[in-house]
Amino acid sequence: MTTIVRTPAAGPENSADPARRGEPVGGGADRMFGLSLTSSGIVVLTIMGTVGLFLTLRGAGALKVAGLEFLTTQAWEPDAHNFGIATVLTGTVMIATVAIVFAVPLATGVALYISEYAPPSLRRLLINMVDLMAAIPGVVYGLWGFYLLNPSIIPLARWIASNFGWIPFLGIADSHPNDPFEPLTIYESSTFVAGIVVSLVIMPTICSVMRESFARAPIGEREGAYALGATRLGMIRSVVMPFGRGGMIGGTMLGLGRAMGETISVVMIITPVYRFQPEILRSGTNSVAALIALRFDAASPFELSALMAAGLALFALTLAVNFAASAIIVRTRSGELSGA
Amino acid sequence: MPRTFPPTAAGRVVLQQAPDGSVPEIRRSTVRTGPVDVTVAIGAGIAALSLAGLMVTRLIPSANLFAFLAIAYLLFLALYSMVVLSMGHDGRMVADRLASVAAHSLAVVALAALLFVTGFTFWRGREALPHLNFFTSDMRLAGPLDPLTQGGILHAIVGTLIELTIALLITVPLGLACAVYLNESKGPLARFVRTVVEAMTALPAILGGLFILALVILTLGLTRSGLAAGLAIGVMMLPVIVRASDVVIRLVPGSLREASFALGAPRWRTAWHVVLPTARSGLTTAVLLGSARGLGETTPVLITAGFGSTLNFKLTSDPMVSLPLITFVFSRFSEPPMIARAFGAAAALLVLVLVLFGLARVFGGRPAGEVSRRVQRRRERQSRRDLARFNSRHGFAQQLGEGYGS
Repeated sequence: MTTIVRTPAAGPENSADPARRGEPVGGGADRMFGLSLTSSGIVVLTIMGTVGLFLTLRGAGALKVAGLEFLTTQAWEPDAHNFGIATVLTGTVMIATVAIVFAVPLATGVALYISEYAPPSLRRLLINMVDLMAAIPGVVYGLWGFYLLNPSIIPLARWIASNFGWIPFLGIADSHPNDPFEPLTIYESSTFVAGIVVSLVIMPTICSVMRESFARAPIGEREGAYALGATRLGMIRSVVMPFGRGGMIGGTMLGLGRAMGETISVVMIITPVYRFQPEILRSGTNSVAALIALRFDAASPFELSALMAAGLALFALTLAVNFAASAIIVRTRSGELSGA
Repeated sequence: MPRTFPPTAAGRVVLQQAPDGSVPEIRRSTVRTGPVDVTVAIGAGIAALSLAGLMVTRLIPSANLFAFLAIAYLLFLALYSMVVLSMGHDGRMVADRLASVAAHSLAVVALAALLFVTGFTFWRGREALPHLNFFTSDMRLAGPLDPLTQGGILHAIVGTLIELTIALLITVPLGLACAVYLNESKGPLARFVRTVVEAMTALPAILGGLFILALVILTLGLTRSGLAAGLAIGVMMLPVIVRASDVVIRLVPGSLREASFALGAPRWRTAWHVVLPTARSGLTTAVLLGSARGLGETTPVLITAGFGSTLNFKLTSDPMVSLPLITFVFSRFSEPPMIARAFGAAAALLVLVLVLFGLARVFGGRPAGEVSRRVQRRRERQSRRDLARFNSRHGFAQQLGEGYGS
């Protein structure tokens, strides 16, 4: 006799009609089926797992030579055994920070607009637009950034540097904004420009996560807020934002992970430098991904190993950020179930 | 009638009737924008533009278009709040209106960015795109200084399609099997696989390339080639496809599975004949969006494919370029024809992405189990044929199928 055991639904995304687990009825063919499914899962797991493994194996040679100085050396001269990721790691974090500073308000605004302000007939179109932005290749953003944004950002960068130069990171120490003969290339190809372009690359990712979490705010509480006399902003602040907080944080971290890994648009825009460069408006910066993309081609076997080690550092960094992001997103999703 | 939310990149969320029989609440429109609000906004806008124009032309003549827009926007915010205040509203209302303005303008900025990026690419690509040879020849005989009437990106288009095909041949069977696995098995291993896949959707593309370089080229001894690039693209696409398919398959109603089990179908038949066909629309979307992602990846190809200028059909030897790669490499030249070619290739790439995206929206976007009219008719025909088959085989189906044949 076949018994069917009822198990509770595994998550809120499940259809309201939960699957029950029965005993397999198919015999040998079914066992084969189960085995092949499991093995496909294991294959996927293996592929994903070996990424880290191979980076470690290939990077070990360089790591052994550099030791802990790998994290603190600014120069990148692997063949002289003087190399480290201090420059590129800080560069990566700075570009990602600029990107987040631009992308998060933009994504929040767009997500709120779609879920709260847009007429229902426009909503579908806008969501498609955001998804389309996510599908546009990074190289296209890079072209736009290098040929349109890079030259036209100079007046803005110069204005910021001359008026807000006293804020840390925004100044350029030896620039002369009032000298008409100052070469303007000093304001090009900077962390600032790269960050703006990367912000467009990551904005759709952040926006989708935020929008989904905003849309999950319960209708009863929305209308309750209105009934108590709240304005729309009041309703958003007291209902939508608290419900969407997990999604906002998770989406931001997901975007941060993306921003740190973004390669091609950064390579197209920056002028690579190999010393720590804290002035975000000044030409010249670097990132781990850009370093690898620029150097792997002409690299000696030892430098390749050093690049693999740099890749491993990026891998660890993005993986940590992404795991944190998905943990936050998942936690808010399951919390929704108990709250509803 | 179940209320459906618009589809997301990952699939479609359908709210169905809860087990206790209650119907979910339907969100009413609480947007209250009257003609007065619109008039006030337009009036403040015109006033702000005029004032800013006056300031830019008379007071600070050195200002450019950007400064003009910035000044006009700030003036608009100030004027708009003053009008709202003067209409007898309090500060709370002003804050509400300003937030509304901010949300609207951020949406406009994002839309403008999308239009700017795509429009700029096509605009700068207009020099290269009208030449037929741009699509029918490779760069074998064309140097950087040759005019656009020579050479083209045929090799990159062919390379892109070959690499994408290789990636799809690997990721579609593997990805779908893994997605079915994640749904059919609820053990700790499945949960772990799901967690790892979720984290890997954001794997930096450069690392996918480095991984294939380390594994396939340095360890297994393959040269830089189309096959290696296809594998690298596959590594990037796999988590995207698994995750999107997983979300879609999860939406297949459990009652359908149980109905299949109740009819005596084993698990593999249930998966093959019930679960996958029910989720077909969403799975198509998942694969097409994954392809769009793989198509646009530059860095894995940069690392694993090498760069060449001739048409190459050989999978395991000689460089095979792709559209994003050729865009990147050509954009590093300083000769104007090469830059024009870079924009032309980027425009061609954008067209491919747009086509895939459009197909995903046409084929996909239906909730699990809902099918188009054409499929519905096909299934009816199939069902009648089945009935006829049963009738001819066993007499008993006659009584069973009375009502179904018509």
